[in-house]
Formats: sequence, C-alpha cells, structure tokens
Amino acid sequence: MNLAVRDIRHSLGRFVLTTLGVGMLLMVVMGMGGIYRGLVDDALVVTRGVGADLWVVQRDTRGPFAEVSRLPRSLVDRVAAVPGVTDAREFVFHTIQREHRGKPLRMGVLGLGWPTDKGEGLPLIAGRPLAQNHFEMIADESLGLGLGERLRLGKDTYTVVGLTRWLVASGGDGIACFTSRDAQAIQFDEPGESIRLEREARRARADEIDFGRTQPGVLDRASGPAQNLAALPGPAISAVIARLMPGTDATKVQRSMSGWSDVTTYTGPQQEGLLLKGSVDRARRQILLFRVLLTIISAVIMALIIYTLTLDKLHPIALLKLIGAPTHVIVGLILQQSLIMGLLAYGVGYLIGTRLFPLFPRRVLVTNDDLLRLAGIVLVISVLASLLGIWKAMRVAPNEAIG
Amino acid sequence: MTDPLALETSGLTKVYGHGHTEVVALRDASMRVRRGEVVALLGPSGAGKSTFLLCVGLINPPTRGTVTIGGQLMQDGPRSLGDLRRFRREHIGFVFQKSNLIPFLSAIENVQVVGELIGRPTSVARRRAKELLDALGVGKRAFNMPTQLSGGEQQRVTVARALANQPSLILADEPTAALDSVRGRQVMELFRDVAHRHGTCVIVVTHDHRALDVFDTIYEMEDGLLKPAASPVAEATVAHA
Repeated sequence: MNLAVRDIRHSLGRFVLTTLGVGMLLMVVMGMGGIYRGLVDDALVVTRGVGADLWVVQRDTRGPFAEVSRLPRSLVDRVAAVPGVTDAREFVFHTIQREHRGKPLRMGVLGLGWPTDKGEGLPLIAGRPLAQNHFEMIADESLGLGLGERLRLGKDTYTVVGLTRWLVASGGDGIACFTSRDAQAIQFDEPGESIRLEREARRARADEIDFGRTQPGVLDRASGPAQNLAALPGPAISAVIARLMPGTDATKVQRSMSGWSDVTTYTGPQQEGLLLKGSVDRARRQILLFRVLLTIISAVIMALIIYTLTLDKLHPIALLKLIGAPTHVIVGLILQQSLIMGLLAYGVGYLIGTRLFPLFPRRVLVTNDDLLRLAGIVLVISVLASLLGIWKAMRVAPNEAIG
Repeated sequence: MTDPLALETSGLTKVYGHGHTEVVALRDASMRVRRGEVVALLGPSGAGKSTFLLCVGLINPPTRGTVTIGGQLMQDGPRSLGDLRRFRREHIGFVFQKSNLIPFLSAIENVQVVGELIGRPTSVARRRAKELLDALGVGKRAFNMPTQLSGGEQQRVTVARALANQPSLILADEPTAALDSVRGRQVMELFRDVAHRHGTCVIVVTHDHRALDVFDTIYEMEDGLLKPAASPVAEATVAHA
C-alpha cells in the first residue's frame, strides 16, 4: 500500500492546487530557459545563415552586430584576391523603423550579395528567393507582411516575394532581405530636400576656395549627384564575408590579412562569440539569474508545502511509529509525496508551456537538453524540499499519538 | 513466545523531571500476566495507568525496572528504537480512548497497513483485514474513511487493527470511553474472546466498572502504586516503594 498516494488522495484539492502552482513556476523556469535559448539562437541565425568562414570588418570594431562598421565596397575585390578565399561578398546589415498601415514597423535590413546570393539558403516557408537585383524583398513572417505585399522604403517600393520563419535580429526584430544595393539604398536614403541642401552646401564650400572660383566646371560638378564625385566615397558596406577553399586554415588567411591596417578579421566562431559576449550577454546573464531565483523560489515553496503537509499528518505519523512502522516507511511517505508533486508539477509546467510559449512575441526555444536538465533539477529540489518535513517527522514521538 | 508468562514487569519505575520538578509517575510496579489472561487496570486520572501502558508498550522507557514480554527482556539497558519498534509491530496491539485511525486510510486500509508492516503480502494482509472487520461487525464499512464512521465503528476498526498482527499482548487505554454501555461491553467481551481463543494477553485501562466481570484479573493503581484488586486468578506481585 502506498501511503503517499493515499494521503494525496485524502487531501486531493490542496495537493492539486499546490501542484498547479508549482507547475506554473516551473513553466516560467522552463520559459526563461527557452527565452534564453531563443535569444541566442536568434542572435546567431544570421551569422550561421550566411555561412561565412571569415568576417572582414572595419579596423578595431567588433563587426556589424556589435557596432557600426563601415567599409568601402572595393574591399570585396581585395578579399577575393587573398589566397585561400574562394568567394567574397559584401554584407550589409542595419535596423530601420518605418510606418506601415499606421503602425511602426521595425525590421533588420539584410543585404544579400546579388547575384551570388539570392536567398536560396534562407528558411523560406512561402514564396521564392529574389529573382531580380532590385525592388524585391524576402520578409520574415514576424513582420506581418504578406506575399505580394508592396512596401515603400525610401524612394522605392519593394514587393515581398518570399517569407521566412524565425529569421530575426538579436534584438528580436524580424529581418527583411534585399539585394545589398537595395539595402544600401534604404540605409542611405535621404529626403530630396536634404540632398538639395547638401549639394548647395558643397557648391558654397567650393565657391569659397580659389579652385572653385577659377574653375566654374568644378562648381557644377560639386552641386551634382554625389556618385559623380570621385572625391566622395560610395555607400559603405558593413562587412565583407569570405568563404574559404575546403581544407584552408582560416587563421592562415587571417594572418595574411593582418597586415591590412584598415580591417580586422574574425572567423565564424569568433564572430559568434563576439555577438554572444556583446549585445546578448547581459540579457543572457539576467535571464540566467532570473532562472536561478525562480528555481530557488520553487524549491522553497515546495519545501514549505511539503512541510505543511507533514505538519498536518504528525498525528498519523506518530500513530505509524506507535504501531511499529519502520523509519523508511515514514521517510518514504514524505519523500514520495515531494517527488510526486515535483514530477507532476514538471508535467503541468511542460504541458502548459508548450501551449503557451508559441504565443509569446519572441521565440521561446525549449530544447530536449534543457528539459532533461530541468527534470534533474526538479528531482533534486523535490528531495531537498522533503528534508524539512522528514526532519520534523523524525522528531515526532510515538506517544504523541495517544495524547 | 512459548513462555506461559506473556508479560512480566519488575520494579517498573518512571520518573519525570528532576530536582524539585521531579514527578514519580510509576513506583516499582511489578506484574506477571499469563498468556490468554485479560487484565483490568483501574484507578483515578493521574494515577500512572497510562504511563504503565507506555512503558509496557515499549513506547516510553522506564527510569528503572524491566519489562519482559513473551520471555524476551525488552526494557533493560540500551535497545535501539528500531528494535523496539520492530517488536511493537510484530507482538503488540494498541487500542486507545480515541479511535486513533489514520485519517487518510479507509477502514480496511487502517487494518491492512499493520499486516503489510509485518511483511505480509498485500493480498494476504487485505484478506485478513476484511476477516477482522467482518468479525467485528464493521465489514460493510470497510471502504469508508474514518470520518464516515461512527465512534463505535471507529473503535471496532481500531480493535481490528490491534488484532491484525496477531499480537501476544494487547494494550488498551480506556477503549470504551467513547462508546455506549452496550458497545463498550461488546468490546470488552471481544478482548476476552480474543485472549482466550488466541492466548493473547490483554491489559485494559478502564473506568467502566459495569464490565469488570469480563476480566480475569483486576489491578488498581493510585499515585503510581500498582496493587491487585480482588480477582480469582490474580498472580501479581506488587512492590511498593
């Protein structure tokens, strides 16, 4: 006869409510773990998606995910010429916020290296990759855009030709993919008035110097389009991503670029490490701390509940001792209740969590490893929670059953 | 347990507290009870009757003196709590004034648990529990929880539990206090039947003088002193401090 189950049956309402409560707490612990995993996974989805062996970024910066990195487009050719590099592409990434259907629309803009990269490697759930080098975009479903929907960004209108799932930036914003030219056009878009003012300012600056006054043609050029001025740099890119030939040692290629004073290079894992230690790290530690606190709170609540349940049955325990029940029967009664509560609460947490987490605005990624680890923790806190009750039960004298 | 003496206490003394707070609850109480004998223990409240039962029941160790049950010296010198507990579950049955049933077990489970504690298979323990409940007239309430039973029914379940391990010694502390006179007498007669049929020694603390004819031996207790009352088969020696 299992005394623990009999006692639970006797005070079923309280046990069920307590188990539900602890289950909810464990669901939150599970969810916090999932949010953390989601955060990490979201942060790495782009870096892993582009499949770069080497990231070439502005000197002494930590890459486009950590801070602003501006490089000339010509760097792509320079990197492509390095022995061991099989393919070099420009990488453009930035975040914008625009109005759409009367609501703010915040998105990460990712430039694909057209024509090499048309987005075939993206996690498409509908539509197709890019088919032309302008005015098409692939949007993540979290942006709420539909296939065929047209979106005006800057001076151009882009059509959604493909939809992805879980392609988000480390901040949780959905990513939209364009050709790198379009991405730059969106990034460096300026209003007409601003362009006119800049051209006038250039003309005024040229007019103030002898060269401008003596060479009228220069004044005309200065007030023309910026791309016609050799003295002005073209739109910058965020980074150059390189793929290496199979079997090539990335550190060797890095060494050969170390002499370039305008760039810093990172391998794929280094870039991921920087990303995690940078923007994600603080959030990650905060969530971890929160998880630890919640786990401790769950343990304390369980211990208190088990202790209270034990207090309620001190008389039956004394009676059991009186009729000669061995210690292991009494310990088993309390320990089994604690374990049953812990495991049921875990199940409740899992069941509610799996239905609730998909409704969260950010991804909650609950992995099997995390579930197993949490099950182990629940087992441990169940045992720990029972210790106080067991201690109390051991102190009960059999003659207390008579009083 | 082939010793004809089911229980022998010698010089049993229990002192609570010390110095000026010292209370002598039991003074050199000696008693010899044969197998199958039914003994009543009378006395006013605070006389030491319950203390005597606790010492004999291996629950509360005496300050001095010995307790021998079925020829085994149990209370003299250090014995582990585990040993005493094992002996209790195998050889002693308890019935108390309050029914003292485990509230989260049904009537049959309250009896069955004793059988399981002494190592009987669940099915055997359950069958035996049902037989006992039937014999005591509460078989129909076997699956009721204690709160669903009347006081008399609860007490009969307690008696069934006390019999479940086929004890050599039953200790009952005012078992009929919560019962009407008819039920009270039935319980007393039940103790006598069990004692005579199975050779079990039964010691009953009681205030109920209406059923004293059921007992083979009657003792009286006052201020911790144990003395025999008039009884046809008394074989007690009473030592006075």
